[in-house]
Amino acid sequence: MASSLVFSSPASSFISNKKDLGFSAFPSTSQFAIHKFKKQVSKKIVSVMAPQQSERKPATTGSVKTGMTMTEKILARASEKPQLRPGDNVWVNVDILMTHDVCGPGSIGIFKKEFGENAKVWDREQIVIIPDHYIFTSDERANRNVDILRDFCTEQNIKYFYDIKDLSNFKANLDYKGVCHVALAQEGHCRPGEVLLGTDSHTCTAGAFGQFATGIGNTDAGFVLGTGKLLLKVPQTLRFVMDGEMPHYLLAKDLILQIIGEISVAGATYKSMEFVGTVVESLNMEERMTLCNMVVEAGGKNGVVPADSTTFKYLEDKTSVPYEPVYSDAQASFLSEYIFDISKLEPLVAKPHSPDNRALARECKDVKIDRVYIGSCTGGKTEDFLAAAKVFLASGKKVKVPTFLVPATQKVWIDIYTLPVPGSGGKTCFQIFEEAGCDTPASPSCGACLGGPKDTYARMNEPKVCVSTTNRNFPGRMGHKEGQIYLASPYTAAASALTGYVTDPREFLQ
Amino acid sequence: MCDSLSHASYSATFSSLASKTSVSPPPLFPPSFKVPTFSPLTVKPLSSTFTPHAARVTTITTYAATSPSSVPSDASTTTFHGLCYVVGDNIDTDQIIPAEYLTLVPSNPAEYEKLGSYALIGLPSSYATRFIEPNEIKTKYSIVIGGANFGCGSSREHAPVALGAAGAKAVVAESYARIFFRNSVATGEVYPLESEVRICEECRTGDMVTIELGESRLINHNTGKEYKLKPIGDAGPVIEAGGIFAYARKTGMIPPQSK
Repeated sequence: MASSLVFSSPASSFISNKKDLGFSAFPSTSQFAIHKFKKQVSKKIVSVMAPQQSERKPATTGSVKTGMTMTEKILARASEKPQLRPGDNVWVNVDILMTHDVCGPGSIGIFKKEFGENAKVWDREQIVIIPDHYIFTSDERANRNVDILRDFCTEQNIKYFYDIKDLSNFKANLDYKGVCHVALAQEGHCRPGEVLLGTDSHTCTAGAFGQFATGIGNTDAGFVLGTGKLLLKVPQTLRFVMDGEMPHYLLAKDLILQIIGEISVAGATYKSMEFVGTVVESLNMEERMTLCNMVVEAGGKNGVVPADSTTFKYLEDKTSVPYEPVYSDAQASFLSEYIFDISKLEPLVAKPHSPDNRALARECKDVKIDRVYIGSCTGGKTEDFLAAAKVFLASGKKVKVPTFLVPATQKVWIDIYTLPVPGSGGKTCFQIFEEAGCDTPASPSCGACLGGPKDTYARMNEPKVCVSTTNRNFPGRMGHKEGQIYLASPYTAAASALTGYVTDPREFLQ
Repeated sequence: MCDSLSHASYSATFSSLASKTSVSPPPLFPPSFKVPTFSPLTVKPLSSTFTPHAARVTTITTYAATSPSSVPSDASTTTFHGLCYVVGDNIDTDQIIPAEYLTLVPSNPAEYEKLGSYALIGLPSSYATRFIEPNEIKTKYSIVIGGANFGCGSSREHAPVALGAAGAKAVVAESYARIFFRNSVATGEVYPLESEVRICEECRTGDMVTIELGESRLINHNTGKEYKLKPIGDAGPVIEAGGIFAYARKTGMIPPQSK
């Protein structure tokens, strides 16, 4: 199957793979619930009749319901059914649809073709349009695609359009955010219990908020634009239990690289990945986002982290839309359960050319590198830059290779320039980066994570070796087909920048 | 190998199958093809089991005139036929259509064609035989044979679109990444089929193959071997209807398209 290196597991990560559809040993982490009413979804479509299910089950009363996982519950509520089972195909009400400059124009084209030139979107407040992929480029088509988004948003009076007009100075565009998945979270569009679909594979990032979030293509998005619904198949859930105390040299990126390395790039195909355990509970929201972000790299349909006080606190100042979190029942059925003792895990990398090509960072210390890239929805958030700064601060030395910093959003960029780094005596990330000799933080966007137009900042135009905090390292991902990309955490990326070789961050973090 | 001789002329006819393949017919045999030469145009094609691949959301099935609602997928007499292009495992969307080409909008007809010309251009140079020859904009391979996890990576619909726009009709893979599979079904650009075994290890680029949907069978005319294909599963009703929009109209979820 996957052409991954057969990796001898770090000595003691204990994996249990209970294949029986037994109940989960861990009680649902249902804490106090915020009992608010879910707002009504506007129904503008003409529904003559719901499609016949291939098998019609008798209606169940509350007392005979079978336990459901988080994902099953979210989809049940969204499809207005009391009970769902994996394998059911259901029409789901969508809470938020997101699109960006790469897939938006195509989705809009399909919407107009299928619903008519003068059709109206199902709800102008439930669509979030975020240009972020090919922004700071002179490529005319790329620029035109942002214009297409703008025309559509004007025509449809879309409430949330994070526009950019002045490409020479992102700060001059007050609406502009940057990377869609980070912007969605920062702008309060991610809420527990909801269904969020986006025309981007990393839409699964939002699962960090305890919602169902997954990537779809243009045709599906065109359909949602007109109806606010989509036909989805209920996935089985894989449960990942991470307990113990998170070592200070590990980040969420190491956790997800461990998991992907364990189950392979197709290990979670068509499945939901649920992350629980004391380690997960100890992660802040941005770290949980990193965890869920790479669910798609294991083939996963969606990832979920149960909402808790960390989630509610994050959302306090960001959204006033009522939400209702859901939690897996104690008797829910999981396809498999994987248990990791995180205290024994070591910093990891994914070697070229696959996200499941897992290796210990310290075993790659002889790999000479040409550059380091810190950015993207996976590794370009505020927490990621704070982490990198921590390593540079601990070292006090200068980087040995070009080190590119691409904040995901305007807000992250501002944080880099304003937030004090703990233990630095009040220095900002930027000051620490500058002292370490990193490149100046670039305009926020997806940047070179996926290569992009030839003039994209930090694009790999020659066959180089790069340690990157991004999410994929397939051939040609960052530009050049022969480029070698080592996926890593911000700690590992910063440590590698300091030595010019792939480096375990424990070299600097005591 | 006699079988392959009698079928070999299909390579001449398959250019008529694809309403999308509008450039000059590709050469009949790629350099690697081992069958001795013979007169290519004398043998008649099979009786009308071929269906031109419709342009976008496709009604692949041949019974367009009959009532749509209750025809099971195994009543289909659709076949695909042509040269196959073989790739390995984990062919991700960046290899199928590198990100730098994503500024092309698939719903724009001219850009749709252009996308096709870049299909599989991201494959490493270890693939000496390219999916599309330099200076060509269409492929001569109508069937892509892949390994595990075909189409992994991005949700970009440009991936199945590029393959379809290039002239591919079907992909037969050991397994698929879900978003690519879903997009293939939604767009109708390529028919996503699954094999029971690793056909990618038993077929070679340039082999002539036939896929009989009704029989769930793939025949490699060069090796003479036949392979069972897996049933299409839940995607069947959506494909049968002609894509998600047609399915939704058929089942009453959305109103008929206003003219």
